[in-house]
Amino acid sequence: MAEMDTSSGGGHHKKGPGVKKSKKLSTRVDLTPMVDLGFLLITFFIFTTTMSQPTAMHLGLPKDTEKPEEQNKVKESGVLTLLLGKADVIYYYEGQLAPDAGNLKTTGFKDIRDVILTKKKSTNPSDFVVVIKPDKESRYKNVVDILDEMLINDVKRYATVDISDVEFMVVQKTQEAAGIK
Amino acid sequence: MPKVKVPRKSTNIDMTAMCDVAFLLLSFFILATKTKPPEVLTVETPSSVSTRVVPEKDVVLISIDHEGRVFFSLSDNNKEQKLAIIESIDKARNLGLTDAQKKAFGKSNSFIGVPFSQLGSFLLTPADDLKKIKMDGIPVTDSINNQLVDWMLAAKSAFEGKKMELLVKGDNNSKYPAFQGTIAAFKRNDLMKFSMITNPEGVPTGSELSKANRVKSAAAK
Repeated sequence: MAEMDTSSGGGHHKKGPGVKKSKKLSTRVDLTPMVDLGFLLITFFIFTTTMSQPTAMHLGLPKDTEKPEEQNKVKESGVLTLLLGKADVIYYYEGQLAPDAGNLKTTGFKDIRDVILTKKKSTNPSDFVVVIKPDKESRYKNVVDILDEMLINDVKRYATVDISDVEFMVVQKTQEAAGIK
Repeated sequence: MPKVKVPRKSTNIDMTAMCDVAFLLLSFFILATKTKPPEVLTVETPSSVSTRVVPEKDVVLISIDHEGRVFFSLSDNNKEQKLAIIESIDKARNLGLTDAQKKAFGKSNSFIGVPFSQLGSFLLTPADDLKKIKMDGIPVTDSINNQLVDWMLAAKSAFEGKKMELLVKGDNNSKYPAFQGTIAAFKRNDLMKFSMITNPEGVPTGSELSKANRVKSAAAK
């Protein structure tokens, strides 16, 4: 291999008396720093290689129809509406929004899964629909996280809809009352 | 006892083999890293449990950065589609683009982030200067002037007969109106199916999806 057969251990032979001593230098190279360098470069490349490919999350939009008979008929009792506000806050209500917004509840992204699951368990599977209404202050991340929750909780029917002015005002009032900036 | 000598063993380990291994691993990682094309835009995508891989070919990508600016780009392998798109945009909006500008669009990774008024000058800037100029993004939030509608119409007709992969890459912090405008542009062109690029995320344990996945893998075995 890389070894050169020199005299053992780079030692100096003691020649017989009367002969000029020629110094035999060792040709053995200590490769330890080279190994250090090699591993340094390896760790650099390990950190810069992306092994995980970005994934694609599929979304199909429903057709907007004006004709009422083509619009999906949903039973009011089976509907869970999620209003996405700013600062990662979610407001939700079941069925229709009460005139005084009494049935509007607040939650965050950590607890939304329980909310969805409890509603799902208490509803007939064919009637269970989640309506997602992001307002203009919500972030893209909020929308994607909610759609993710739909996948995680195996919600078969859900839709992303534009928020109505009434609901937006309600959300804003609630946010002001709660002091969310 | 002076007669019995303990044989002295050398403590120098031969590092040659270790060095070989190190360089072998190094070459593996050098060859495994794919060089990313220099991105003009930094987008931090959210994570999701989806497992579908992002397609590489026939891709029309709409990127939304953290300020809500919308950018339109195409994958590299669709040269003829790119030229078709720029031709239809030119005709539809009467922009009067020169052949040089149209070729510039077809050559690069055709990244557009400006309204039609600035399109001509944008196409003439060389690739190195692209990072320096401030792009305002394609206007989408105004429903009357949703320019993405024209881009999507051109893309749709250019990809006639082929399957167009429509991808949206949005930044975590972009506000909803930009995304809403993008979706509105898709709806106007009857493009109902699209995918959003996300980072992979593990399925939470004990959730419905993990149970469904377990059933699926058990059935597949």
